[in-house]
Parts: sequence; structure tokens; C-alpha cells
Amino acid sequence: MAGNLGSEIRRIFENMEYGPAPESADIAKKWLSQHKDSLGHFINGEWVKPENRKTYTTCSPATGEALADTIQGEEEDVNLAVSCAKTAFQSWSQLPAHTRARHLYAVARNVQKHHRLIAVIEALDNGKSIRETRDCDIPLVARHFYHYAGWAQLSDTEMREWKPVGVVGAIVPWNFPLMLSTWKVCPALAMGNTVVLKPATFTRLSALLFAEICHEAGLPPGVFNVVTGNGSFGSKLALHPDVDKVAFTGSTPVGQTLRRLTAGTGKKLSLELGGKSPVIVMDTADIDSAVEGIVDAVYFNQGQVCSAGSRLLVQENIFDDVIQRVKERLKHFRIGHSLDKAIDMGAIVSQAQYNTIKEYVDDARATGADVFQPDIPVPAKGFYYPPTLITNVQTVSRVVREEIFGPVLVALPFRTAKEAGNLGNNTNYGLAASVWSENLPTALELAITLKAGTVWVNCHNLFDAAAGFGGYRESGFGRDGGKEGLYEYVMPKWEQTTRHHVDIDVKTFGASFGSGTTPTPGQGGPSKSHLCPNGIQQPLVDHTYKVYYGGAQKRPDGCYSRPIYAAHDKQTIVAYVGDSNRKDVRNAVEAAHKAAPGWGKRAAHNRAQIVYYMAENLELRRQEIAQRISLLTGQTLENSFKEVDLSIQRLFYWGAYADKYGGNVQETTLYGCTVCIREPVGVVGIACPDEFPLLGFVSLFAPAIVRANCVVIIPSDKYPIPALDFYQVFDTSDLPAGVVNVLSGNKDHISKYLTEHQNVDAMWYFGSAEGSKFVEFTSAENVKRTWVNYGKERDWMDHDQGQGEEFLYHATQCKNIWMPMGTTFSN
Amino acid sequence: MAYNPGMELDMGWVNGAVVDLPAVNRRAATLLTKRTVKKSWQAAWLLRAVTCIDLTTLSGDDTVTNVQRLCFKACNPIRQDLLDAMGMGDYGITVGAVCVYSARVKDAVQSLKQAGGAAIPIASVATGFPAGQVPFETRLKEISMAIGLGATEIDIVISRDLALSGDWGKVYEEIKACKAACGENVHLKTILGTGDLGTLTNVYKASLVAMMAGSDFIKTSTGKEGVNATMPVGLTMVRAIREYFHKTGFKVGFKPAGGIRTAKDSCAWLALMKEELGDEWMRADLFRIGASSLLTDIERQLYHFVTGRYAAAHQLPM
Repeated sequence: MAGNLGSEIRRIFENMEYGPAPESADIAKKWLSQHKDSLGHFINGEWVKPENRKTYTTCSPATGEALADTIQGEEEDVNLAVSCAKTAFQSWSQLPAHTRARHLYAVARNVQKHHRLIAVIEALDNGKSIRETRDCDIPLVARHFYHYAGWAQLSDTEMREWKPVGVVGAIVPWNFPLMLSTWKVCPALAMGNTVVLKPATFTRLSALLFAEICHEAGLPPGVFNVVTGNGSFGSKLALHPDVDKVAFTGSTPVGQTLRRLTAGTGKKLSLELGGKSPVIVMDTADIDSAVEGIVDAVYFNQGQVCSAGSRLLVQENIFDDVIQRVKERLKHFRIGHSLDKAIDMGAIVSQAQYNTIKEYVDDARATGADVFQPDIPVPAKGFYYPPTLITNVQTVSRVVREEIFGPVLVALPFRTAKEAGNLGNNTNYGLAASVWSENLPTALELAITLKAGTVWVNCHNLFDAAAGFGGYRESGFGRDGGKEGLYEYVMPKWEQTTRHHVDIDVKTFGASFGSGTTPTPGQGGPSKSHLCPNGIQQPLVDHTYKVYYGGAQKRPDGCYSRPIYAAHDKQTIVAYVGDSNRKDVRNAVEAAHKAAPGWGKRAAHNRAQIVYYMAENLELRRQEIAQRISLLTGQTLENSFKEVDLSIQRLFYWGAYADKYGGNVQETTLYGCTVCIREPVGVVGIACPDEFPLLGFVSLFAPAIVRANCVVIIPSDKYPIPALDFYQVFDTSDLPAGVVNVLSGNKDHISKYLTEHQNVDAMWYFGSAEGSKFVEFTSAENVKRTWVNYGKERDWMDHDQGQGEEFLYHATQCKNIWMPMGTTFSN
Repeated sequence: MAYNPGMELDMGWVNGAVVDLPAVNRRAATLLTKRTVKKSWQAAWLLRAVTCIDLTTLSGDDTVTNVQRLCFKACNPIRQDLLDAMGMGDYGITVGAVCVYSARVKDAVQSLKQAGGAAIPIASVATGFPAGQVPFETRLKEISMAIGLGATEIDIVISRDLALSGDWGKVYEEIKACKAACGENVHLKTILGTGDLGTLTNVYKASLVAMMAGSDFIKTSTGKEGVNATMPVGLTMVRAIREYFHKTGFKVGFKPAGGIRTAKDSCAWLALMKEELGDEWMRADLFRIGASSLLTDIERQLYHFVTGRYAAAHQLPM
């Protein structure tokens, strides 16, 4: 042994420093050179490299070293991939469930066989640490395939009412390149869809490697395809007429763009978008563990995590202590090459992302915030950004409101748990949150209060295939993972896939008040309703229909009324109804929000009772309402009775569901309890169809309210009267004020203002293809959940179409609460 | 060695302690995946670990001869040729201390003198080790006798019955009395018997009480409980040490003991100290590992580092 070694060992013995602990890149490099460091698309089971494509050289963010060339795809590449996927769908979707399960299982097995190679490729290409790709990303890839192999196996029984949608276009970001891809691919394939995946520009290698592995594992050609290209290439994929579903994870602005691009086409869409997730530390927390949780929350993957806990909220009596401990903890951070096994953080994915982070922090500093960054070594080359803690900021600060997507934590104090909840929810986002407290009632109540798709109690950033992940509000809709994740890739069996193309002017659509049926007199004959008591003919007491919100009948703001005619004769005006405008929408939404917290807190039993009571009171008026339906629609009285009777039955059906769809325990890998709670979506705007004026109305508001939503509902344009009669049923059934608000008038005009309302959480629209497009397009603004019919009627009398799980899916959103357990480790 | 004068028992502080077991388990598990040392770093770290070992024999069949063997190994823990190859032949690498029953202290004193290691501290377990289920007076007496025989460090056990019943005041008083029996020159290591305490919250509280009472070291276990020195327990104790240091300015040492057998384990414990407390706590004056067979594995690893070959057990002196 040389003398140099002696002095080296002596030096290390004395200073006890860490040394390099490199993971070898040799095998990864061999795989790349197997492909001559140049990769094409992977389509239909083979590498496809069209002529004359521009290339993109992917580099290691740790060093800037070039890794391989990839191609920038063009429209014909999308066409090829989608047509192969469409062809493959014919056979793949028809395979027995068990056969698909075997395929998914084989992929899981093969991922494990090549675990290390995938982990190294991912770390090299993304800049994240090999420890994370090895211990988190890739194990989760395999776990997802195992879990969804199970759903494939069980699909005939567990998803009996559903069928695959067709070709799925999956567009994923660069932060967990392969892991997030499989979150889309697994449920899609399990349900019988085929997939065309577009990985992010910076991180294409793992998806391509994975495609090769899937092919070798025997996945039939065309079932899973990977194409590479830039952002507009992704839009081409999303817009391809044969893509039936777009599954996206990425930034909120891009998600909004995709929502607008696909609006009205009939494509399904799920969006998993950004976040500014709170980490709430109560004074009842184990503070040291909370500090470590903060590290997991916001410095995991260099903070480039959509669920990053980037807003630290600390109870004011322990604020200084916690901040001090976080600073101390950060001094122990190690930053370095992604293939070093002993680092806490690697490089930021790109120069641009690095600049964004730096700009945010510089801006905070310039505006008087205190910026702490530990004095630790940072490699000179590569995009390394130190872990950062910003204090002395307020809710108005830009760094507190906007997603930074880097290792930057902002901290604010709060006084009480209630204030913590309010601060936690004071954001456009709603992806995730964590709560730190050893006090169960506090932690649970906060977990319920926080508007987020995932709430971790005394932990942060735990993931598993058995629990869905996804957002509230502008963090998107749809879930990746769990059984709830399956619904993003299926459609009801009775429904036909159709593609729609309508042109609308979103600026003018529904904008003019008083269009359609003009709210003026003189459009029909004089009233002919009379009574003849004791032979004296006298007119009926005038009956006035008003709009209904906040539990009371109100005159419409505009004080205009529109005539409603009998079916047999356009001269017979059955009644005038209020013609609602945007101010009525404003008032009704306000009333709904006022009612929502109380309605949500009622026992489910109580909500059920109220709905059953509605059935009771509706039946008392069975004859009268059936007659009125018949008069309005021209249906036979017999059919009208059927509609009333089925409406009563449906109230029973939904009353039954009031206390039977609250959620379930998710069988994740956590030692403890992961609970999926199906929470209400919030305030739901509903535009009812013209067909079945009573049944359509009942079939839509009832599932919404039994699942604790409050609704602003627009009855049928043509036949609003049965719905307006219903407000007397509400009033006699103990329905709290504001839970159901009924606005009559022009459907599209009212829908416009409901959809544009930033405080309406979802919009269900049953009307024209144009209106459907408008609703989807306009909902992009606050990433509302939508449910539209693209102008297609459904048979509300049919149980498959008029009730069932589809309604529950739209009436709820899943929140997964992770609760690790245990205090006793011995004895 | 650091000296901890202790402080008044602060029950508000003790009662406020709370430790989340799942979170601690998670940190303990991931800490080992976040830090590793390779090659020269691993060799140097292992040598440092050697200097922190309390080389221990605590058996019913201990006699003068195996205590002698232990003491000679304590003075020559790694084969001289291996040390020479690493340029550390002249560094005077010895273990941190030897640790024996009080009845064997005399043997240890003589053996170390013979082996040329008189400077190596002799730790005696006392106070009715391992269960502590003997009258308190005899426990104090055992301390004085061990010191009289030449022990320079005393490893006591706390009364787990008092801890489990939450009588922290009494636990405090007992340790304080032991501290008084040790005086200022003999270091007091307090074994919490963590495997008997049930919860990490209890471990944290016991750590605080032991430090307030003046323990110079807190030690995980006797090696005889069902659960010994595990990483979550260690993490909990070093966090208590950190908090005590921040509040009082006194540095208290940490000694995991029981179940630490592999070279890899010893690097993990060193990394724990480095991450949670800092480099100062990676030296024998503030860190000891109580172990008997660990040294053999470290020597094997160093053999491999120097020669590139895996050693046979018989090639290294037992």
C-alpha cells in the first residue's frame, strides 16, 4: 500500500468526512451504446426512426454530459403510433381479464429484473439521486404493475358496468419520468385500453427503455407505444381524433391548455397538476420527526414534486424552535452527482428550471424575506440549487402563493388549528397536505378540513399503488392509483364512443339574456283556468313560480318572466317562470356555499332521511305532477305517472346511498391505516336535460346532495315546472336552506355564469354539443370538474343510464388520508 | 471525557416529550440508505469505530483468562500488519474501553497493565446489572467497590419499574445518588434498558431524566433485553442528547450496546452521530459502542480492504 493511502486514511480518520460513493453507469452506458446512443420512437413493438427528424440530445443534469440523441417526432409519427394503438385495441380489449393480468404481471416481473438499470438510467437522465430512483421510483413502478395486474384480473367482477375507452394518450412530466408514466399506463392497460405515451423532453430515456422491456416481456405490439417530441407534439397527440382519453400530469397552465384543446370533443381527460401543499406542525407534534418530515416533504427530488410540502405552517408558540431545527438539519445536507449513493439532493433538471427557482428566491430576498441556505459544498458544474428556507413572508408573498418546483420552503406561523386549516386552504391548489400532531382529534379534523386529495398524518410524500393520488381545485381532477384510478380509463358499457366537432364562440356563447324564449307577454292566449264553485265562474288564484335559492322563493333579479307552454298548443301558457340572470347565479352560489359546511357535517343518516322524506312528499302530489308533466310534454298520463313513480324510486335509491359510499380502507404498504374518504366535490352547477323534466332533475340533484354537495340546478328549459313544483317538496322535507337552489330560465345563459363562477367546483351539463364544449372549455379557468353529454340524450328511465356508479363518481372526490400507527416498539 | 453536572429535574420538560414511532422508524430506515462510506473512507471510519468500542464480556462464565484475552485484544484490536498497510501502525489504535462485571475489574486492571494498556479505561457494570432488581443500597455499594478496584467508568442500569410507573422523580433521585457515588473523576454511563420501556416516548423521557441527573453517557441497553440497540431507539436518544445540549450547553455521550455485530452497523451508528449530533460526537469521549463480536468483523473488513481478499476467521486473533 502506498504512502498516499496512509495519509489519506489518517486524514479521513481525523476529520471523519464522507467520501464519494458512486454507482456505476457502465451498464446504462452499454444499453445506450447498444442503440448507438441514438433512440427513436418505440411503436408497435419496434424501434421507429423516421427520416429527417430533428433530434434532441438528452444530457445528465449532474454534469451536462450528453447521454443520447432522441428524435423530435412529427404529426405522422403520432398518426402511426395512434393507428397502431387503435389496431391493438381491437384485440387487447377483447382479451380475457386473466390474460391481461398475466401480461401486467410479466411487466412487473421484468421491471424487477432490470431494476438497477432503470434506476441508473433515470438518475442519469433526470439528475435525481440514485437512492431515490432505486428505493422509490422504480419499486413503485413494479408495485403499480402488480397492483393493476390484480385489477385486470378482477375487472369482470369489480368493473362490471364499465368498458375501456380505447386509445389513451398519456403525457407526463420530467420529475418522476417513469413512475408517473406507469401511473397512467397500468390502469389504462388493466382496463383494456392501449396507450401512446409521450415522455417529457428532458427525460425520455427511461420510458424508451421501459417500452423495450415491456416488448420483451411479451406485451403485444401496439398496446404500449412511446413517442418523443416537444410540447406541440404532445398537443398533436392529445388532439388526434382516435385518441379517446388524455391522461396528463404536469403544470396547471399546460393542463388548462389541454382542457381547452379537448373541450367538446368527447375525449376523456384527467389532469394531475401543480400544488403548493401545506405542512402543518401543531405544538402537539414530535418536532424532531416533523423536521425530518419537512425534509421528506420539500427537499425530496430537489423539491420537484407536485405534492411537495412547500408551505410550512407552524403553531406560533413553537415557530422559532422549529425554524431553528430545520436550519440545523439543512446544515447536514449533501448535494452532488445523481449517481452518488450518499447525497440528499441531486441537480435540478435543467438550466431553465434552475433559473426559475433562483428568480423566485432572489425576488423574495429583494422584497425583504429572510432567506436561509446552509453553507454546504455545492458542485461547481451542473444545475445544483441548495436547500432553501424562507421566513418573514406573508400570505401575500409571491413565494407563498406560487408553485416554485424546487427545494424552497416558505414558513408562516399560525395560532390555532382552525387558523392552520384556513391558511392551509388559502391556495388555488389542493393536491396534498401533511399534518403533524400526536393528538388524534386535532390531526383527524385537520385532515378532513384540508381541501386536498392526499393528507398525510405525521408523514409526507408516501405513495402506493393502492391509494389514489390527485387533486382538488386547480391541482386537477381524476386519480392515479387505487380502484378510484380505474374510472379514468373506462366508460359506461351502454355508452357509445363518439367524437364531436362543434364550433362555438366562447365569448358570445349564452351571453345574451332573454334569448330563446323571450321573457315577454303577448306570446300566447289568455289564461283559461277557472273554477266554478256554486256555479260562479272565477279564475284560479294566480300561481307564481319564482326562482328558489337559500331555501326561499325569490323574484328573479331581472324581474323578467318567460312563458311555458302546454305541449298540445303553443297558445296555452301553463305558467310564467322566472328568467334568471348572472346575479341570480351569484346569489344562488353564495347560498349554496353558505349551506355546504353544515350539510357536509350532517350525519349521512340525516341526509338520507331528508331524501326519503322528499319521496314521501312527492308521492302525495303524484297525480298533480304527473298531470302537469303530461300537459307540458305531451306524454301520455300513464308514462307521466311512470316518470313520477321512477323519480320516487330514484329518491329512494339515492337516499340509500347517502350512508353507503363514504369510502374504504386502502390496502397500501403502510403499517397503519390509509383511508379513502369520498368527499363531496363542493358546490355543483347542474343543467338538466329537456327529456324527462322531473326524472332528469331528480336523477341529477339527488346523487349530488346525498353525497353532501350543494347544488345550483337549472331545470329543463322547455319544461321547468315540475322542478319548480319540487321546491315545495324541498320545503316540506326539512331540506336545509341552500342545499338545492333552482334557477329557471335560459339553460345556456345560466350555465355560462355558473361555469364561469370561480367558486363553483363542478359543472354538470346536459344540453347541446355546443353547450358541452363551452362548459369544458370555460372550466379550464379554475380546473372545474365537468360532466357533459355532448348533446347526446340518455334514457333516464333506464337504470343503467339514469343511476349507478357513474353518478357517484361525479358526485365525489377521493381524499386519501395516510395514518401510520404504533407507539410501542417492545414489551 | 465530557462531564455533565446535571440539573434540577424539570418535569415540565420531561412530560412534554413525545416521540412518533412510525416517523422515527422511517428516518432510521432511510438514514442508512442516505449515507454510506466506501473504500478508504470505509477503512478510516472502521478504524474510528474501533476506537469507540467498549470491548465487552458480561457472562456468567467470565474468568480471569478470558478477561485477560479481552484486554490484550483491547490493546491490539487490529493486526499490526494491517494497520501498517493503512499507514496507521504508529497511531496507537486501541478500543475505547473494556467493559466487565464489577467482580472482574481487578482482573482487567492487571491484564491491561500487562498488555501495556493501562491508559485504557475500565468500565464496570454495576447496580445489579442487568435487571437492577436489587436493593438500592447494595447498588450504591457496588459502585463504590468497583471504583475501589480500579474502574474508571461505571455503567449503571435504571430501575425500569420506576420508569414504567412514571415515577421519574425517583428515577432521577437514584441516578443522582449513583452520580454522587461516582464523583467527578469516574464517568457515569446510564443504561436505560430501552427494550423494557415499551415506547420511544418513554425512552426520550428516560434519556432526559438520566441527563438531568448527571449521567455523562446514556446507553441503550444491557444486551439482555428483548430489543437492544436498534436505530430508532438510538435516534430517539441522540435527539434527546441534542435537545439537552441546546438547552443546557452540556454534552452528553451516547453508547449503543447490544446486538451490534457487523462493521456495516458500526458505520451506520457513526453516521447517525454525524447526522444528528455532529462530528464531535464521533469520538470516544462522546461515543462508545458496547460490543463483543463487532471487533472481529471490523478486522475482517479491514483485512479485505488491505489485501483485496476475504479473511478466514482463524487468520485473525480472537
